[in-house]
Amino acid sequence: MSVPDVRRAPRTSATSSGAGQTQIALVDLLDRVLAGGVVVTGEIALSIADVDLVYVSLRALITSVRTGDVRLIEQGQKS
Amino acid sequence: MSRSARGIATERTIEDAVPEKLGVWIYAVTGSLPGEQLGGVTGVGGGPVRTVEGAGLVAVVSSVDLTTFGEEPLRRNLEDLAWLETTARAHHEVINTVSRVGPIVAMRLATVYRDDSRVAAMLSERREELTAALRRIAGRTEFGVKAYAEVTGLPRVPGPGADAPAQPAGAVPGPGPGTAYLRRRRAQLATRDQMLQTAATDADAVHAALGGLAEAARRYVPQHPQLTGESAAMVLNGAYLVDADRADEFVATVRALDDQHSAVRLELTGPWPPYSFAAVAETS
Repeated sequence: MSVPDVRRAPRTSATSSGAGQTQIALVDLLDRVLAGGVVVTGEIALSIADVDLVYVSLRALITSVRTGDVRLIEQGQKS
Repeated sequence: MSRSARGIATERTIEDAVPEKLGVWIYAVTGSLPGEQLGGVTGVGGGPVRTVEGAGLVAVVSSVDLTTFGEEPLRRNLEDLAWLETTARAHHEVINTVSRVGPIVAMRLATVYRDDSRVAAMLSERREELTAALRRIAGRTEFGVKAYAEVTGLPRVPGPGADAPAQPAGAVPGPGPGTAYLRRRRAQLATRDQMLQTAATDADAVHAALGGLAEAARRYVPQHPQLTGESAAMVLNGAYLVDADRADEFVATVRALDDQHSAVRLELTGPWPPYSFAAVAETS
């Protein structure tokens, strides 16, 4: 239960190892590139609505991929 | 018939031949960056990365085609997950590369200017803020720590009727299998709530402990389970700005905290370029 599970521990040299580069999870990256960083009023810049849109479409996409989870609920309601 | 179809095709070809309008995509701002450090780095859309100087600062930019990265197309393209991922990773790649050279202030994804002179103008307008951010970030790195609620060991609740044989028609109505099921389900939900609450308390403690080690700390909105692919609920999505010479201590502390708090499972990401600490606290 309390097995240390610090996955993806930082590997200081991992990024320079080329082919063996560990892919950063997209969600973690999006947190940072969409909600971090300096916001300057570029002539074209994302608004909050655009950022929300990204998360909504992400969620929709992933929901449509994972259909298996829905069954459990239906089973419980079967009479 | 075939002649008119050909006519349309020709029109399209002409439209496509219109020279592309370029904009300037900005990745990061830094104090100085020798040009040779950028050799071979490609930006979003595949263009070469270059610098724009102004007010003693250097912006890392690349030219982008506005038919893809203009305001309208950008909004449309953001709904395309594959496009978004490619763009976000390309943006990150540039930031990650230049952050190895020296302190950088990352810019939010999809900030585009009409031309280099506007970028230079921005550098002088925001000089003070950007310089302060560079000072804050120098010699520091960012780690991410996420905590998931350990809601395990819950008894599985069998469905209604699982433990009772089918009732003969007309039997005396007692507490039916449905009622028993609901009672078990309610008890299970209460236990789950309790576990989530303990996990949230643990997450606060973890965040406070890590914040004490860090120069700055920030909590993002916990990621949705559908996005993490984890069934466990995320109770902490933290970012920490850590002195480079305390990075090992920070990592060790995360491991120790993971052992101490059994209600949560911790996950460490990074080191990241300091995205989460580029912006100054809002000035009113």
